[in-house]
Amino acid sequence: MTSYLVRRVAGALVILMIISAITFYLFYAVPRDPARAFCGKICQPETLALIRHNLGMDEPLFVQYWHWLVGIFAGREFVQFGSCPAPCLGYSFATQEPVFSAIVDRFPVTVSLTLGASVVILAFGILTGMIAAWKVGQPLDKIASSSSVIGASLQIYFVGPLLAFYLVDTMQLIPRPSYVPITENPLDWFTHLMLPWVVLSIIFTANYTRMTRSQMVEQLAEDYVRTARAKGMSSRSVFFRFAWRGAMIPILTIFGVDLATLLGGAIITEQTFSLHGIGELAVRAVQNTDLPMLLGVTIVGAAAIVLLNIVVDVLYAFIDPRVRLS
Amino acid sequence: MNETLLELKELVKHFPVRGGTLIKRQVGAVHAVDGVDLTVGAGETVGLVGESGCGKSTTGRLAARLLEPTSGKILYRGQDISHSSRKRLKPIRPEIQMIFQDPYSSLNPRQTVGTIIRGPMEVNDINPSGGRKKRVQELLEIVGLNPEHFNRFPHEFSGGQRQRIGIARALALDPKLIIADEPVSALDVSIQAQVVNLLQELQRDLGIAFLFIAHDLAVVRHFSQRVAVMYLGKIVEIGDRQSIYERPRHPYTHALLSAVPEPDVSSEPRERIRLAGDVPSPINPPSGCRFRTRCWKAQDKCATEVPPLVRLSGNREGHLTACHFPEAPTTQGEDVVLDPALA
Amino acid sequence: MTTVSWSGEPGTSRGPGPFLSVRDLSVEFSTEDGIVHAVDGLSFDLEKGTTLGIVGESGSGKSVTNLAILGLHDPAHTKIGGEIWLEDQELISAGRGTMEKLRGNRVAMIFQDPLTALSPFHTIGRQIGEVYRKHKGASKKEARDRAIEMLRRVGIPQPETRVDHYPHEFSGGMRQRAMIAMALVCDPDLLIADEPTTALDVTVQAQILDLLKELQQQFGTAIILITHDLGVVAGTADNVLVMYAGRAAERGTVREVLREPRHPYTWGLLSSMPRLNSSVDVPLRPVRGTPPSMLNPPSGCPFHPRCDYPKLAGPELCFNQRPSISPETGHGDACYLTLEQKRELRTAKTEDRA
Repeated sequence: MTSYLVRRVAGALVILMIISAITFYLFYAVPRDPARAFCGKICQPETLALIRHNLGMDEPLFVQYWHWLVGIFAGREFVQFGSCPAPCLGYSFATQEPVFSAIVDRFPVTVSLTLGASVVILAFGILTGMIAAWKVGQPLDKIASSSSVIGASLQIYFVGPLLAFYLVDTMQLIPRPSYVPITENPLDWFTHLMLPWVVLSIIFTANYTRMTRSQMVEQLAEDYVRTARAKGMSSRSVFFRFAWRGAMIPILTIFGVDLATLLGGAIITEQTFSLHGIGELAVRAVQNTDLPMLLGVTIVGAAAIVLLNIVVDVLYAFIDPRVRLS
Repeated sequence: MNETLLELKELVKHFPVRGGTLIKRQVGAVHAVDGVDLTVGAGETVGLVGESGCGKSTTGRLAARLLEPTSGKILYRGQDISHSSRKRLKPIRPEIQMIFQDPYSSLNPRQTVGTIIRGPMEVNDINPSGGRKKRVQELLEIVGLNPEHFNRFPHEFSGGQRQRIGIARALALDPKLIIADEPVSALDVSIQAQVVNLLQELQRDLGIAFLFIAHDLAVVRHFSQRVAVMYLGKIVEIGDRQSIYERPRHPYTHALLSAVPEPDVSSEPRERIRLAGDVPSPINPPSGCRFRTRCWKAQDKCATEVPPLVRLSGNREGHLTACHFPEAPTTQGEDVVLDPALA
Repeated sequence: MTTVSWSGEPGTSRGPGPFLSVRDLSVEFSTEDGIVHAVDGLSFDLEKGTTLGIVGESGSGKSVTNLAILGLHDPAHTKIGGEIWLEDQELISAGRGTMEKLRGNRVAMIFQDPLTALSPFHTIGRQIGEVYRKHKGASKKEARDRAIEMLRRVGIPQPETRVDHYPHEFSGGMRQRAMIAMALVCDPDLLIADEPTTALDVTVQAQILDLLKELQQQFGTAIILITHDLGVVAGTADNVLVMYAGRAAERGTVREVLREPRHPYTWGLLSSMPRLNSSVDVPLRPVRGTPPSMLNPPSGCPFHPRCDYPKLAGPELCFNQRPSISPETGHGDACYLTLEQKRELRTAKTEDRA
């Protein structure tokens, strides 16, 4: 188990290096010069060169990348901004604030949003899928199945404002979405994030309903489920004690893959409800050609996804004894 | 037998097992085939029997050069093809064909029967006189299918008929040797006999040699002139049909024969041998004689010395046995029951 | 001599009859392609402590029959007719609760492939123990002890440690032993074994079949052994029922059916099988053609399209009327040929073969 984790983390680090290198390279493929933005309207070539030097942009690409990489572990000095302690992801070209602290500030918002939405997705998706499978072919199944198709075809930027208009403005059932730190007031944290959670999870939940249903139906046709019935187990215990475990394995796999998409959905949700999370940071960084910020956000996002995938793999071993972590 | 068609010499095939921290490295190997010597003469039928994990299928795939051996030699008409390239194998490929167990998965469901059977002719650029279509119809007729059905798809045929399509495909290039890997074990009893008869007719009429791989000892006996018994990657006994089935020497051959369920209630009593446990894993096979862990005659010598495959005194010419303490050449010896639950 | 008689009128009063009695069972499934007539008018009896071998090829209805006895079919797509009596309990009309109490307790079942038939997610011990807990109300500890005892009885070495292993850690033969242990844990009166050795190696098959016989003597269990292999039946069963296209073709003791087979289909099955002592120079004698589709079974005798003598019993009879098994008890078969005709045909066949 330990050696497995060591191997996985080492692999994850390699993946993160590759991702950051690609992002680094792609940024320079874009025909825009960040130094020009600093230089102002009347820009002398000498000033431009100086700014370039101060930003470290006059060095070869791989040297710049190396500095960036070293900075994460050892910190680094900037002529422009001064010293930046480890872990240093550089300074934002646009706002001049340290990238790392900007991300740390916004992190709780995005984490709250994605984790909350994950809970809603898994709880609701699996529950409705189970109900549909339990009552397969009956009206309840048809309702669950068809509403999941509708759900899957909705879009965040459409449902978001629509629900906000009805639930917040017209009916005033829930407060306008914003972020209240959970440490400050857990109840407010919960109520203020309710709408974003629901909106973000709608399209995903529908998928999980359909998947759970089909997986359960498939599992119920398995030989070992028939054996359980032949042993005299009641339909209910066959359903909940035997079949669900088999059904959960593919669902967990898909969820591991979906995490990345979910993070993408979180960016749109943050924009829709003006939440100040990592997503907002990412969108702004792209608009401003803010390389350090963009790299920072990418690498933190990628790290989160890679880490969660390791967690998912460890969960496998708990559900399925045939999977051995070695 | 006259000309030797296929010769396997000390053939070994190990499949690596990988594992380890950080860097995957080979931590072991499945000893699928571990030193097999076997010859098949032109027009001869050799049966290969054994239980799961004995390496009979791997041996078949090696003989057809669908796999490359780890060591040892595969000679086809005296030519060493053990490590030949795809290009060097090309002229030989048509002469060695394979028939597989599963008539469902070995045929492309999206191709018509005509396309399937024509396939090998196209790949090998062969234009029979009268055209490929005529040849396809001829082949369909040979295997007992309606020649007008070349435009149908595999799913329109029953299991037995699909196996006939597989056989027609194997015949398309006039092979000299057919390697049949469990060709009838997926079929119903009444259909099995139809296919066995068909293969036997082909062998007789076309003079094709067969390496017939199966776990059913009665079917192998019916079809093969010589029989090799495999256990955990090695041939433990080989000989002409009569020697193996009536005068077996290796304890494992005795156990196998005694385990065959026969639909007779009145035939002469056979010895009853019930082994304990299952076949050990081929990843870590027992030292010395591989059968010793389930053998009632095993002694210290069996753990240290690998018994050579030799002709024992009293054995006929060509009847070889790999055993330090062979049994008497009869199938009516004393009963042996090793299974603790049957004591 | 060959009067057409319909055995087992449904609804006849039940005196002290056989232990298990299946009367005029019919099973139909609705599928996308139409209605599959899987079993049609099947009747048979089974006495306590004996073994009945049900032999047939794929699609003969042998497995379906036994799923129906346990009520394991999908009720939404299956129509079942006839009666199944287990002593004084009728099973087709029994409620769900009754059947759940019966399954695994009085009637147990083992399946062909022990790897897929055992749950991969639970230990062997738990899978055996939970049957015992469910039906005998035993505690966890008692169930575990019972599981260890059962594993020992089916010949699994070191049962105290093996009890905590998962099925994938067992070999094929050991898995089937565990499956048998699980089926016998509540000491059932009836064990249904559906191709229990088809997925196993020859030497392991012999071990498992002997084990079933051994345990039958210890527990006094009645066994229905479903198989496609007449050889398996020969060494294991007392009585045989040969099924073809959802109907009984022949029934009798093993000795009767194997020594003096009466139905042309049984002849075909026997002459299809090569033996260890048969002559190797003559071709096998298969049954012509292929088994019928049960979506649209043949009219008359379902075997007539593959039979060599359909006109011998009369110009039309075999084509239009379904023969029933006769006589009603003992060695019987469903064929319109007279016993005399069958005897002559069979003698001719054996002479031909010699």
